[in-house]
This record gives sequence, C-alpha cells and structure tokens, in this order.
Amino acid sequence: MTGTSFSLPPPTPGGATSNPVLRYGIWVLVAAGLLLLPQVFSSGLAISTMCLMGTMVIFALSYNMLLGQTGLLSFGHAVFLGLGGFLTAHAMNMGADGLFPLPLMFMPIVGGVTGLAFGILFGAVCTRRAGTAFAMITLGIAELVASSALILRHVFGGEEGISVDRTELPQPLGIVFGPQIEVYYLIAAWCFVSMLAMYAITRTPFGRMCNAVRDNPVRVSFIGYNTTTIRFIAFSLAGLFAGIAGGLTAINFELVNAAQMGAAESGTVILMAYIGGTGFFAGPIIGAVLVTYLQLMLSDITNVWQLYFGLMFIGIVMYAPNGIVGLLAAQRPLLERRCLHRMIPYYVLALVPGLGALAGLSMVIEMTTQLSVSGSEGMSMSLMHIPFEADSVVPWSIAVVLLLAGGYGFLRAAAVTRNAYDTATADRRAG
Amino acid sequence: MTSTSPIAATSTSTPAPAIALQDLEKSFGAIRIICGIDLVIPAGERHAVIGPNGAGKSTLFHLISGHYRPTAGSIRLNGEEIAGMAPEKINRRGLSRSFQITNIFPQLSVWENIRCATLWSMGYRYAFWRNVERLADAREKTERILSEINLLHRWNVPAGELAYAEQRALEIGLAIAGDASVLLLDEPMAGMSHAETERMVGLIRTVSEGRTLLMIEHDMSVIFGLADKISVLVYGELLASDTPENIKSNAAVQQAYLGTEAA
Ligand SMILES: Nc1ncnc2c1ncn2[C@@H]1O[C@H](COP(=O)(O)OP(=O)(O)OP(=O)(O)O)[C@@H](O)[C@H]1O
Ligand SMILES: [Mg+2]
Repeated sequence: MTGTSFSLPPPTPGGATSNPVLRYGIWVLVAAGLLLLPQVFSSGLAISTMCLMGTMVIFALSYNMLLGQTGLLSFGHAVFLGLGGFLTAHAMNMGADGLFPLPLMFMPIVGGVTGLAFGILFGAVCTRRAGTAFAMITLGIAELVASSALILRHVFGGEEGISVDRTELPQPLGIVFGPQIEVYYLIAAWCFVSMLAMYAITRTPFGRMCNAVRDNPVRVSFIGYNTTTIRFIAFSLAGLFAGIAGGLTAINFELVNAAQMGAAESGTVILMAYIGGTGFFAGPIIGAVLVTYLQLMLSDITNVWQLYFGLMFIGIVMYAPNGIVGLLAAQRPLLERRCLHRMIPYYVLALVPGLGALAGLSMVIEMTTQLSVSGSEGMSMSLMHIPFEADSVVPWSIAVVLLLAGGYGFLRAAAVTRNAYDTATADRRAG
Repeated sequence: MTSTSPIAATSTSTPAPAIALQDLEKSFGAIRIICGIDLVIPAGERHAVIGPNGAGKSTLFHLISGHYRPTAGSIRLNGEEIAGMAPEKINRRGLSRSFQITNIFPQLSVWENIRCATLWSMGYRYAFWRNVERLADAREKTERILSEINLLHRWNVPAGELAYAEQRALEIGLAIAGDASVLLLDEPMAGMSHAETERMVGLIRTVSEGRTLLMIEHDMSVIFGLADKISVLVYGELLASDTPENIKSNAAVQQAYLGTEAA
C-alpha cells in the first residue's frame, strides 16, 4: 500500500486559510472595519477607548509570539512597551526642538527599534533558559528596569513621567494630530500593519519552528535547530512589536511614566492573551479589546474591578483554558455537523445558573466592600439601581442563595453540557 | 600522500567510517553506565545493537547523538570528532535519530511535523521573512516522506491523535526528513503487534537504503533478516560485534543474553 492509491485532497497545509479569497478577504474586512469603526462609535470616549484598544492589540499579539507561539511565559513584557514609549517620547521632544526631524506618524519606529534593541539585550540573557527559569529571569529583568526608572530620573521623569506635545512635530502632510480621531487613524494604521506582520511571521519557517519549540524543545534540537536561537529571535521580535505599541501609547497619551512598564501592566497582557486564547492568532486581539473595555467600564462602576478580573481569569483557566476564541472554535465541529442548534439549549441551561451565581458573587463582593472599605460612608448602597442596606439580612440571604444554588446548578449543567458536546462531536467522527 | 594528522585510521584511500567510537565512557555520578566502548561502523552498514534491559543501549545512542556528553573517549562521525557537540550540530553533520519513547510534536499536524524536520537541511534555517507555504521544495519533500511512511492520508491530523503505530512511523519520518546519512533508531518496533512489526521492518529496510543504520532492538528474530552486523552490549561493555550468524553461535553471547532470552 503506497500513498499514491489515495484520492486525497492535495495537501493544503494551513487548512481553511489556504483559500485565497478567505485569506485576503479577512484582511480587507479588518481594514474596512478599522476605517469604519469611528463612524459607528463616534463619541469622544469611544474614540479614545478604541485608540487604547489598538495599542493593546499590538501589545497582546506581541506577547503571544512568546506565550502562545513559542511557549514562553514572560512576566516582564511591559518593559518593552515602557522603554519603547520613553524613547519615543524623548524622540518626540527632540523633534519638537528640531533636533530629530521624523514626522509623528513614523515615531512608533523609534519605539520599535528600542523594543528590538532591548529585546536583543535582555533576550541574550533570559532565552538561554526555558520554562520556569526563563519566567524567573524575565521577572528579574522587569524589577531591574522598574528600579532603574526610579534612579535615572532625567530619562524616566520620576513620578510625573515624560510629557510630550505631539502637535509640535513636523507635519509633512499637514496633519496636526491634534484631534483624537487623527490619532485613531494613526494607531489603526500601525495596528493593521503590525497585525499583518505578526500574522505573516507565524507562517514562516521560523514561525513554525517556534510552534515546534513550544511543543517539544528536546526534539527540535535533533532536527537541526538550536532552541535557544529560536527563543532569542522570538523574544527580540516580540520586543520590537511591544516597542511599537509603546511608541503609540506615548503619542496617544502624550505622557509616559514608569507605571506603564510595571508589573501590573505585564500582568494585564498575560490576562489579555489568555482570556482571548493563546492558541489562536485572533485570541489576543479579542482579549485585548475585551480586557481594555472591561477595565474602563468596570472601573467606573466598582472600586474592586481588579478582583473581578482575577475571578474572570481563574474562571477561564479552569473552564475554558483555550480562551474565548477557543470556545468559539469548539463550535466549529458542531457547525460542520449541523447540530449546533441541538447544543444551544444546553448552553442556555448552563448560562442561566452561571449568571445567577455571578450575580450572587458580585453582591457578596460589593456588600463586603461597602462594609469594610466604604463603611465610613454608611451602609446604603445600590446594585442595578436597587437600593438596600449592606448590613441587613435580606440582601445577604439573597446573595448567598444565588451564589450557592447558581454555583451548584452551573457545575451540574456544565457537566451535562460537556457530555452532550462529546456525544455530538463523537457522532461526527464515527459518521 | 602521507597524513600526519592524529586520525591515522582515515587514510585517503579508504573512506572514514560512518561512526567510530573509541574508549567511550559515560558515568552518572559514581555509576559507570558505558564502560569503554570501541566500535567502528563503516558507511552503508546496517548495524543492530542488542542487550538486556539497562545495558546502556539508549545511553550509547544519547552519547552519539549529543543528548548526553561523554565522560571520556572519542566519537567520530564520518571522520570528524563530535563528542560533546550540541545535538543540532551533530544533526547538521548528517546524523539523525528516533527515540525509544515516542518523541514527536503532538500539537502540530502530521504535515507540520515532517515539514519542520525538512527545513534546516533545505537551507531555510531561521527565516522569518519567507512564506513557508510557498516553499515548493519543502512541500514536495514533505509529501514524499509522508507517502514513504504511509501517513499521507493523515496529513491534517494532530500528531498527538495518531494511533501508536502511526506515531512510531512518524518518528521514522522525522529521522529521515533531514537527509541524514546516519540513522540511529532506538527500538522502533517496541510495543508493536506482529503485523505492525513486519511493516516497520519493511519501512526500515527502505529508508535505510543508501544510509548507515544503527538500531537498537530487543527481539533477535526481527534483526536477523535486517542487520549486516550485530553488537551485543551487556553492562555497558561490548561483548561481541559480528555477523548475525556468528553472534548466534557465540558462546559468551548465548550465556549472557540469548541463553536467558531463548529459554
Ligand atoms: N540520566 C541518567 N541518570 C542516571 N542514570 C541513568 C540515566 N540514564 C540512564 N541511566 C541508567 O543507565 C542504565 C542504562 O540505561 P539505558 O536506558 O541506556 O538502558 P537500555 O539498554 O536502553 O535499556 P532498555 O532496554 O530498558 O531500553 C540504567 O540503569 C539507567 O538507570
Ligand atoms: Mg533503551
């Protein structure tokens, strides 16, 4: 039996993306979407939110070159965002003084070059190790840079940071970049180019070898590749794109401070990549958009929004380790088998008690906050416009019942749903 | 032409042996696992290594392939000293291997597994500026190797989801994809049914065509038809290295190995 007797489809590695219409069509859609978004969401708040989302999309994608593509867990990725931002800010100030005549729209290049340079520098140290040792070294580097920021005040501007005025730079096309909408289009353009570049890199010999290193680094050395070199290149390129994101941040906020390269920011990018799904190129994009949106929205309505992030992260790790895009991708076999409609009732069945448990949990969290932190302001509070007293029995009873009953219902329904899913997809294989 | 180099064995008239081991030793702490091995394998030979469990056969392969660093001694690949070199450097010099315990890229598709293994030898190295899907030569070669190991119809399946025998075939594919001239196969038939073993022997026979083969195998009957030479390793020492017929009739070998196996 030789392979020639099979009438198989010509091997088209890359699966669905090998269809050229689909492959280029998606990018045309993305470009059109980026162009049209400000038409749909035109308020000032929406535009500045989308500006932030655009930079975070680049940042999260650059992080996933490490975590998702190469299997490297870095705890210090914000270092490259921050350093890229600072150097861009200095370059912009020099530009305003006529010392560095680079138009504003190309200033993110300074951030990218900075990110690449520091990626090479730090990567030479930390990519000699993989796994836990690598993670620990990145943590050390993050600490090192954060403490340098406190010492080198004229570089990092101390507490206030470095502020810039983007409108003072040379304006070759007559674009002043005063209005936020112009900044939006600048960020959108860089975001599009960066996404395209990072996607293209996944489809190169190097990109595939990154995946191989993620899967089984020992085997990689026996097919001729040096795993350290692969990790090093991945780390440097991730630094490059994080630096571009940093440059855009400096342009967007006209301010860079040391907090932007701190541990919190490095943690946020892990959240973004993971919540979206590290196993998919689109994962970090979805994650960055969602996390940025929730950060802004939740911080308006609750003081303990970070706590909700923690809970969401734990929930994803435990129940959807492939992230949101992973959940969506899991529907594909159902669609192919045309039995998604049979699963929908199960999803609703799991969602209802899940939302109940979530409501109970957030009641407990908010009432506890009211009791302990905001207690001095009295016990009167309201959730979803319903006023009540945080120290009375009835709301606590409701919260506990919701939490326990909802939680139990959710766990049961989740088990049933998983069974139903397995049955539905097992049918497909047998059929 | 007179050679003053220390490699006296490699005169210009006879080509250097594919593999030459000299006083090779490996210790883990105080325990000596490989106790001074001398072995010469000429290019093109099919050579089997047999021996009881724990004899040090896999350790010997780990030394030759660069997975472990020898404690002492010399390893020459086509005349060039490779002892202590990194595995990828040894691989680039034309030696590749499979593992006793399946060692593949489980999340990558069968196709990606093989294509990754072809890339270095095709000169694409760390290129992050070329579209891998447009590399016609890598594609052709991947296709050829997949049909050789009979996995072309499974090209799109994640390697981790293959059946055991298919994963073993993929191991062989990974070993041959880089055009190595020397193949080291560590118990390629381990854990296979009789029919699967027979198919694997056929596969090994074809893929070792024009290469030097060094393989470990427990089952003597399997290698008698396959190997030109057999070496017997017991407690880290070479008991004998000879043709299958002579090994069969060797009293010391029967005592140490075959006697207990055949009983
Ligand atoms: N990394 C290591 N550290 C310590 N001891 C080791 C190491 N690797 C192998 N050994 C020991 O070396 C001895 C030989 O092991 P090896 O795997 O080479 O045997 P083998 O001949 O391949 O056996 P088998 O037929 O079971 O595969 C064993 O006693 C093993 O415990
Ligand atoms: Mg062994």
